[in-house]
Amino acid sequence: MTAAVQLDRVTVRFGDFTAVDGAKLDIAPGEFFSFLGPSGCGKTTLLRTISGFIEPSAGRVLIDGRDMRGIGPNVRPTALIFQNLALFPNMSVADNIAYGMRVRGVPRRKRAETVERLLDLIALPGQARKRIDELSGGQKQRVAIARALAVEPQVLLLDEPLSALDLKLRQHMRNELRAIQRRVGITFVYITHDQGEALAMSDRIAVMNRGVIEQVSDGRTLYNSPETAFVASFVGESNILAGKVASVDGAVASVDTPIGPLRGRNVRGLRPGSQALLFLRPELLVPSADGIAARVTDAAFEGTGTLLTLAAADGRPLTVLVSGAAARDIPPKGAEIRLAYKAEEALVLPPDAAGDA
Amino acid sequence: MHSSVGQVVIFALPAVVVAAFAILAIRDRRRAGPAAGPGFVATNGWPVAIFLIVAVGLWTVFMIVLPMLSMIDLSFRPRLPPPQWGSARDIYTLENYRYFLFGSTTSTASWNTTHLKAFGLTIWVSILITILDFVVCYPIAFYMAQVARPARLRLFMLMLIAPYWVNEILRAFAFRLLFASQGVINRALMGAGITDQPIDFIAADVALYSGLAYAYLLMMMFALYNAIETLDRNQIEAARDLGAPWWHIHLFIVLPHAKPGIASGATLVFMLTAGALAAPLVLGGPRTLWFTPIVYDRFYQAFNWQQGAAYALILLVACVVFVLLVLKIFKLRLGEIAK
Repeated sequence: MTAAVQLDRVTVRFGDFTAVDGAKLDIAPGEFFSFLGPSGCGKTTLLRTISGFIEPSAGRVLIDGRDMRGIGPNVRPTALIFQNLALFPNMSVADNIAYGMRVRGVPRRKRAETVERLLDLIALPGQARKRIDELSGGQKQRVAIARALAVEPQVLLLDEPLSALDLKLRQHMRNELRAIQRRVGITFVYITHDQGEALAMSDRIAVMNRGVIEQVSDGRTLYNSPETAFVASFVGESNILAGKVASVDGAVASVDTPIGPLRGRNVRGLRPGSQALLFLRPELLVPSADGIAARVTDAAFEGTGTLLTLAAADGRPLTVLVSGAAARDIPPKGAEIRLAYKAEEALVLPPDAAGDA
Repeated sequence: MHSSVGQVVIFALPAVVVAAFAILAIRDRRRAGPAAGPGFVATNGWPVAIFLIVAVGLWTVFMIVLPMLSMIDLSFRPRLPPPQWGSARDIYTLENYRYFLFGSTTSTASWNTTHLKAFGLTIWVSILITILDFVVCYPIAFYMAQVARPARLRLFMLMLIAPYWVNEILRAFAFRLLFASQGVINRALMGAGITDQPIDFIAADVALYSGLAYAYLLMMMFALYNAIETLDRNQIEAARDLGAPWWHIHLFIVLPHAKPGIASGATLVFMLTAGALAAPLVLGGPRTLWFTPIVYDRFYQAFNWQQGAAYALILLVACVVFVLLVLKIFKLRLGEIAK
């Protein structure tokens, strides 16, 4: 099957600055694909490259197997939803949705039919005559989606369209977007810095950092088996302990950390003596009879669980999420407890070359 | 006007103005209620407030309202030597307006064709020049507002503004030199062998129209620039992404957004062009009679201030009508173009 979007070693440079460095991946037809990364990681540049506003400095963008070099955004089979939506304020809802069809010379009657159908799809029937500034944030969002879908793109590109909404609406629109994507069945390429959004909606996620795609996989793999220190620290919360690999025993390595030797899964096959970071998710640590010694400094009840902040032997803060049955027995502030975890659930990864994370 | 009346006006009016503004302020206060926060007086003190009220009030009354009122009044009075102004013979009459339409009572022609033609020409050419200025400015303003990088933008601004540091009359003379029979353009044309004798640009009004179009170009430029500058670039890109060709984007995205700017630019250029005096005096061909020099002549050649006032008023009313018409065409309210 031909990939809906294929990035073939795409590099984008602005002067001396490399915004995207050798991006290489395939996005399958009908996939909900997300690019996740902090601001400035190159994800928006990559999206604009796919939509045709930026030509890659090197490499190729292929859409449905066709090389897109020299093909402008107005003729590409993509539609872009802008971060600020960029709806046309001087046009009605219907005129906004019909704009793409109008410039393509679609007959008036057909346009009206499509607008009706799309208004039903985005659950705004009968709002065709409204002005854009009469709509709420969520409704504007849907009109922007309908306007993009009206030109029947093969790929819909979304540039953080939910970032302006409040939390409740954002969570609602996540489900809405996913439902719309299932209904229309086209490829969605979604850009976000919000890992929750990416994990909740996407079939697959590419995590980007400093212009480089660090890992491409589904959300569960990304969370449970990150391949780089950046992915491990950016996706989800972790207690991060730096040290040197002391010994390797099969798939498990022991790392000498400031709070003693700790074991974790040796994902990248580090050898004894090499620098390593040990990642411990807060929900992996459980109070037990022995393990890491720590003193409880704070406890925050968060509904589904309680987030404990502890000070380890050297004073460094550790966080532990206690939920389920254990949550009924929260140790009091100041209590000296010990924390245990399953060695194969902790991760041992080499530090990033750049030295962050 | 008697000197005593003048003294009363000068000394009593400020008091009236201050009182009027104070009443307005109090009414506004009452309407807005105490929730409006500390008032202007509370934050700045009475001396500043009184100074501002007096300064703005006097400015408005003496510089704008009184001259206008006296001009309207004057335009309805017969021509009399100044000693007889205000005498029993100084009665209200429509004579000056009649003269504009039908000319001298002793003339045989039924219409005052010279003045009517000049008036019509002024309005018509001012409309054309307004359109010309829009056509010239739109691409430059769009480039500056949406395309140019900051460094290039500063250069453009400087290049546009610098020529206007030169006085308007000097600029008109520069155009005269440019278009003269031995001017740069004619010599270039003849040197290139395109013509073998100088073209009389002045008689053909080319010089006048170019000079007028250039004189108030910046008004259109900055009105358009300001309007286009506020357009979110994403809207242009969104239209492009949806498949719109460039002309469609300009026609249906940029122009509707820039509508208030276009209207205010057109208003300014039209008003200033129709009222221009220097350029028509310096650049006007022998056969072209612009309306403003006629008004000028009523005052300073014919010493007929009454008629001059009437003519000036006619031009003013024509301009106001034009502005209202433009607003109507663009479906704009007056407040929007002042933004």
